[in-house]
Formats: sequence, C-alpha cells, structure tokens
Amino acid sequence: MLALAATSVAILSVMALALARALKADTVYDRILGVNMVGTKTALFIAIMGFLNGRPDFLDIAIVYALINFIGMIAVLRFFEYTASEPDEDTQEKSK
Amino acid sequence: MVELIDLVLLGMLAITALRVIFLKDLFAVVMLFGLYSFLSALIFVNLDAVDVAFTEAAVGAGISTVLMLGTLALTGRKEKANNHTALLPLLVVIITGAALIYGTLDMPPFGHPDNPAHQHVAPRYIEESPKEIGLPNMVTSVLASYRAFDTLGETAVVFAAAIGVLSLLGMPKPGGVAIDSGLKSHLVLRVVAKLVIPMTILFALYVQFHGDYGPGGGFQAGVIAAAAVILYALVFGLPLATHVVRPNFLKVLAALGVLIYAGTGVTSFFLGGNFLDYNVLASDPVVGQHIGIIVIEFGIGITVFAAMLGIFYGFAAQAERTNIQ
Amino acid sequence: MILEVISTILLILGAFFSLTGAIGLFRFPDFFTRVHAASVTDSIATILIITGLILRTDFDLVAVKLLFILIFLLLTSPTASHALAKSARHGGLLTLAEIRESKKGDND
Repeated sequence: MLALAATSVAILSVMALALARALKADTVYDRILGVNMVGTKTALFIAIMGFLNGRPDFLDIAIVYALINFIGMIAVLRFFEYTASEPDEDTQEKSK
Repeated sequence: MVELIDLVLLGMLAITALRVIFLKDLFAVVMLFGLYSFLSALIFVNLDAVDVAFTEAAVGAGISTVLMLGTLALTGRKEKANNHTALLPLLVVIITGAALIYGTLDMPPFGHPDNPAHQHVAPRYIEESPKEIGLPNMVTSVLASYRAFDTLGETAVVFAAAIGVLSLLGMPKPGGVAIDSGLKSHLVLRVVAKLVIPMTILFALYVQFHGDYGPGGGFQAGVIAAAAVILYALVFGLPLATHVVRPNFLKVLAALGVLIYAGTGVTSFFLGGNFLDYNVLASDPVVGQHIGIIVIEFGIGITVFAAMLGIFYGFAAQAERTNIQ
Repeated sequence: MILEVISTILLILGAFFSLTGAIGLFRFPDFFTRVHAASVTDSIATILIITGLILRTDFDLVAVKLLFILIFLLLTSPTASHALAKSARHGGLLTLAEIRESKKGDND
C-alpha cells in the first residue's frame, strides 16, 4: 500500500512539473511535449488510483485517457503542419 | 490522502485557468484547455464519479480539442487586441464571486449523508433499482430508465447540434479532388495509426455494451468510435475518410439513432405501458428493462457517433476548401 | 509475498524514472534532448509501473486491462514523441550543436 501511495505522489509531482513546462514554455514544441507528458502520466495515475481505492473499473478511464491523449496530440501536430506550411498567405490575402 | 490529491489537482486546475486567460496565442490556449479537461476529469475520478469522468475525458479533452483546432484552422491563431478597459467587468466578476462565496457559507458540509441531495430521490434509486432494473451500474439505470425521457432530450440536442453545424458549414463531397492532405511524411505515425484504429473501435464496442456493468454507455462509446475515424482522417486525409464513412450515410445514422430511441418509447406505448416504460417489452419486467436499456443505449451511440463525426467533417471540409482557395 | 516485494521495487523504480524524466524536461539545454528525456523515461516508467501493478492483481480481467493499457501506451507514446520531434525538425528547429556551429560560422 505504501509503495502505491509513494508512486502516486511521485507521479502527481511529475504531472505538476510537466504542467509547469506546458504553462511556461519557450517554444510551441516544448508546450506540446509538456501536454503530452501530462496526458501519459495521467493515465498511469488513474491506474494507480484505481488500486489505491480498490476500484479496478478506473482502468477503463485510463485507457480512454491514453487514447484521447494520442488523438489530441495528432490533431495538434496536424494543425501545426497545416498552418506552418503557409505561414503568411492568409494574412497577406486579408491585407490586400 | 484523497483530500490532498483533490487539493493539488484543484490548484493545478486554477493555475491552468489563469494561464489560459493571459495567453494571447489561441493555439496554446486550445492545448491548455485540453489539459484543463484532463485535470477536471481526474478530479471527477477522485470523487468516484466514474461515468462523468469518462464523458469529460472523451468529449472535453478529445473531441472539443479537435473541433477547436478545426475552428482555429478557419479563423487564425492570434487573439484580437482588446482595447476596452476591464474595470467594469472586473467589478461585476468580483461582486458575483463574493456573492457566490457568501452563498457557500450556508451550504451543508461536503459529502454529508443528511444533505438535501441525498434525501430526495437518491435513496429510492439506491434501494429499488437492483430489484426493479437489476443492473450493477446504477448510473446507467438512472440515465437510461428512470430518467429516460431526459436522456431522449439530450440525444435530440446532440442531433440538433449536428444539424445546426452542418447547415452552416456543409458536408464534404465524396470523391472530390484528392488534394494533398494528411500527415504524408510521418511513416511511423501512419503504421501505428493503422494498429491503433482497430483497437479503438474494439474498445468503443466494449464501452457500448459494457455500460450496464461498468462505466460507459452510448455517449462515451459514440465519441470514442468517432475519435477512431477522426484519427484516420487526421493521419490519412479527409478524402479517404469520407470514402470509408460517407457523409450521406452519417446523415442517415444520426436520424436513425434518435428514431430507435423514440421508437422504443412508442413500442412500449403499443404494448400497453407508458412512454419509455420498458417493463412491458418482455414478459418479465427486469428482462424488459435490460432489453430497453440496451436498445436505447445503441440508439444513443449511433446518434452521438454520427453527430460528432459529422461536425468534424464539416469543419475539416471547410478548412480544406479555404486551403484550396 | 515475493510478488509484492518485486512489485514494490518495480513501482519505486518506475516512480524514480518518471521523476528523472520530469527533471530532464527542465534541465536539458535544447528541445531535442528534452524530447529524449521525456519519451525514454516515459516508456521505461510505463513498463515498470504497469508491470508492478499487474503483479498486484489476481491475474484476471484487471491484469488483461492493464496489459492493454501497457501495449497501448507503448505504441502511442513513443510514436507521438517521434512525430513531434520530426515536426519540430520540419519546422526548422535546430539542435544545440547546430546552433553553436552556425554561431561559429558567423564569427569566422
């Protein structure tokens, strides 16, 4: 039990650190990295919480987290490549 | 322990919200909103509200992020500079906040069994639902049977939202010009996506049909299944995705789900019960309840899947159209 | 009993590795090394922690679900990191060594 509690505290502090990275990032990529790390650690955290509370049905939510985190990540990348490929065209058209 | 975790999560939530307010880059704001949803879902998990957490994670963090990114692709990612003074709004917010905090002072203690919320209908649900409906997951019993009429309304709202968005944005035309879209250069991503998508659909089916026994149900399953197709569209491009799930098919599906739900209600009419009274669907009332719940959950799943995917199609098609011009 | 001891060791190791990853997010000098810190420790921590949890189950449906989570995270998390790094490369982000080299070129 103690090991589980210690691990959950450790994961929670990792989440806090990754969150800090996502909030205070130099580049947009650092931000995405932080967000992604919070997502994967959340899945682990829920799995551990399920064991701590004796509620194994929490695991379903951990699966959803892992899945949604991946899809959100891909959506962000897709959007980023989409806008980065033509950085200034839109603004130029509007100014004409 | 649980209180401590709650406090830490609430603190992280508040910091994220503050950061969102002061950021000007809307792209970063959308990402932080995703984080915000994740954190609030974690709080729901901690409060043992498993079904709510499920919905928040799937809808709030997943589909909303994707749809907001789709909106950004249409509008651009910089916030408009605001020159108005914020003094009056700040005053209003402070007064409202103070009034709300003053109101919480009179609230009964958190989680106390004598609270009004636990005295009204909750005892009846808790005591009678194992006999009347016999499902292990009481949330599904309340949602799909006791409150079936409300849930029908919610499904109709999702359907109406899809109609509204599609009448504004329009569906993509199937078999249109195959413009270069999708993450073409990411080979690893394409291979892994092919592995992940079937697993996702399988998991969606599990959530759909396991909703009677564990967390989950039609809403969550519909969203997860839609997320699988959205992943396909993101990685392989919209034209291929519309080839797999045709927009016209989606329109039929969205209406069909609501029709299945309402049709179950009408059927129970004809068998001599009230609207959405599943007791009359089989000779044994409990079996009737099970049949009714499975059928309407299926209807909800179909409508939510079609509505979510349809809305995504609408945004993506609009974004690709502006891309061509 | 032995299983619980092994599980405890695995969990503590996993927690340790994820903490090092989080520290790496802040301490490493440029983006690519930070991706490295985050993704590598992510994978090893996931393996260790989920395995540690599996050892605490009765090897029933819960263990299968944990295994599913493990496989899923092992598939998606490195892929996401890889795609992100590749995207950053496409977007023109340079490694620290390249930045130093270009600076040297300017000075010459």
